Amino acid sequence: MGPNLFTNYYETASMILFAIGFTTLFLQPNIIKKIIGFNIMDTAIYLFLGAKGYIAGGLAPIIVNGVTDPSVYINPIPSGLVLTGIVVSVSVTAVSLALAQRLYKRYNTLNIDEILLQVEKERA
Amino acid sequence: MPFVANFPFACILITMVCGIVSSVLKSKNAYRLNIFAASVCFALSLMLLLFMINEPTSITYMMGHYPAPWGNEIRFGPLEALLATIFCFIMLSSLIAGRKDAFIDIKESKINTFCLMMNLLLSSILALIYTNDLFTAYVFIEINTLSACALVMAKGNGRSISSAFRYLIMSLLGSGLFLLSIILLYSVTGHLLMPNIYESVQILIATNEYMVPLTVIIGFAVTGIAVKSALFPFHTWLSFAYESSTCAASSILSGIVSKAYIILLIKIFYRVIGFENIVALKINNVLFVLGAIAMIAGSISAIKETKIKRIVAQSSVSQIGYIFVAMGLGTQAGMIAAVLHMIVHALTKSMLFSASCGLIAASDQKKKLKNLKGAAYRNPIAGIGFVIGALSMIGIPFFAGFASKYYIATASISSPEKMGVLLALIAVSTVLNAIYYVKVISVIYNKKDSDTKRVSSGNMYILGMTMFIVANLSLGIFYQPIVDIITIGLQLF
Repeated sequence: MGPNLFTNYYETASMILFAIGFTTLFLQPNIIKKIIGFNIMDTAIYLFLGAKGYIAGGLAPIIVNGVTDPSVYINPIPSGLVLTGIVVSVSVTAVSLALAQRLYKRYNTLNIDEILLQVEKERA
Repeated sequence: MPFVANFPFACILITMVCGIVSSVLKSKNAYRLNIFAASVCFALSLMLLLFMINEPTSITYMMGHYPAPWGNEIRFGPLEALLATIFCFIMLSSLIAGRKDAFIDIKESKINTFCLMMNLLLSSILALIYTNDLFTAYVFIEINTLSACALVMAKGNGRSISSAFRYLIMSLLGSGLFLLSIILLYSVTGHLLMPNIYESVQILIATNEYMVPLTVIIGFAVTGIAVKSALFPFHTWLSFAYESSTCAASSILSGIVSKAYIILLIKIFYRVIGFENIVALKINNVLFVLGAIAMIAGSISAIKETKIKRIVAQSSVSQIGYIFVAMGLGTQAGMIAAVLHMIVHALTKSMLFSASCGLIAASDQKKKLKNLKGAAYRNPIAGIGFVIGALSMIGIPFFAGFASKYYIATASISSPEKMGVLLALIAVSTVLNAIYYVKVISVIYNKKDSDTKRVSSGNMYILGMTMFIVANLSLGIFYQPIVDIITIGLQLF
């Protein structure tokens, strides 16, 4: 198992990044840092996909000069998935930033724990 | 291919188009269009269901005329048609019953956006029910998350925005794990369509290759979906999100949003990995244990709550536990019971939320239980709805909840080593359910020093509640045909 981690270093790096992003999203009290964590998490997956789809020496999967032999190009499906994933994560980031802005305007802090405390106070 | 085979895709498309159109309409027309879209989807799904009852088949519908493995597919059989019909019905009744509340809670200028989100939510749920492609499922999970978040924050006050943010964070954690599992599965098998992955996974398991990655993949997918469907211990966001949203939104969130993810999980079990492999990897035991804890923990926290909507919300945690426990039995009978309980809980819980909103509205928008004294006299139909829902959730015979609890209990015979634990759990949990529901009923029917003058709840509310009550009562009496459809549906799944 050990040597494989070094051979597939892209995948290893992306898993480490995923873990960093996941923990940041989960544990950071700061809302903006949470959103950054989410972006790191998703980008790690795109790195993983990009690394999986790349074939050494392959060209971008766009037919130029009528070459239709698939062995010349890299695998186009992971790239397509990355594009779809980017669209998803952009919209999620936009929504969460909008929410963060609303929360900041109302409670004057970006710390989620403090916000929840203030919400509790409002309730009481 | 029969003509009805076009209906599932038509439903997804209609809701999406109606959503986009409603974003430019005036508030009242937008809401009308939303109700229209839900009723059209209900009618189309019902036609599909009737067709499926006559000749049970499993139809694979090719999208964009590209055959597999290049094109995208949706696939449906009796089970999908049944679930879509019931979910569209819940959407429709919740929208009708929650209309007055929505116009009170949400700014007039934002109603059209609210309707856009409702439509997107319905379309994503239908897509999750029908899709045969894992990456499409992921995309619709995210659409579902975003629109559900928007529904939670629709009220626009501090509490609902903070609840929406909590919900968003937990959902993102869940969908991140799910995305990772899909990508790993893709890199192991090279496919994204469920039947193709299934073939590859069977080969991998037969040759005993990639067993560790495969276990990790299933673990990620199950955890991701468990977070999103609020299985214990990932349920903390649930009570806040359900409590702080408007009436229609909380009915729909509790009734169908969390169920859509469970359906996806069942799909992964049956169509992607193979149920016998899940049992061989003992994943179902994990679900059983977590579900068992949820059954008790959810009820205990419901007893401690003082607000009616939070009581109903915490009860959801325990009911989700029931569903996962039945799935965790690892047998066909258990899965049938789980799907039946899913349907029962979807119908009952959305009715309970609509009823509690009516009770709150009849008590000057006060949510604490102590302020709801005599509320059932002020709004009789909400009172009746709450009683029927509560009796069903406790599991009194002739109500829907009894049928599903009975099926879960009998399903435990198929798994002898879990039987004792499960029967004890059902007994304890039933008593706990009874404690908090009877408490609420005794408060809302308390005539002593309370105002019992009727408060008008609006014709729409009465219509919506009547639809819920009729559906629940008929499900409680005629559950056998539903069970038959589920059984056939799971065989064709």
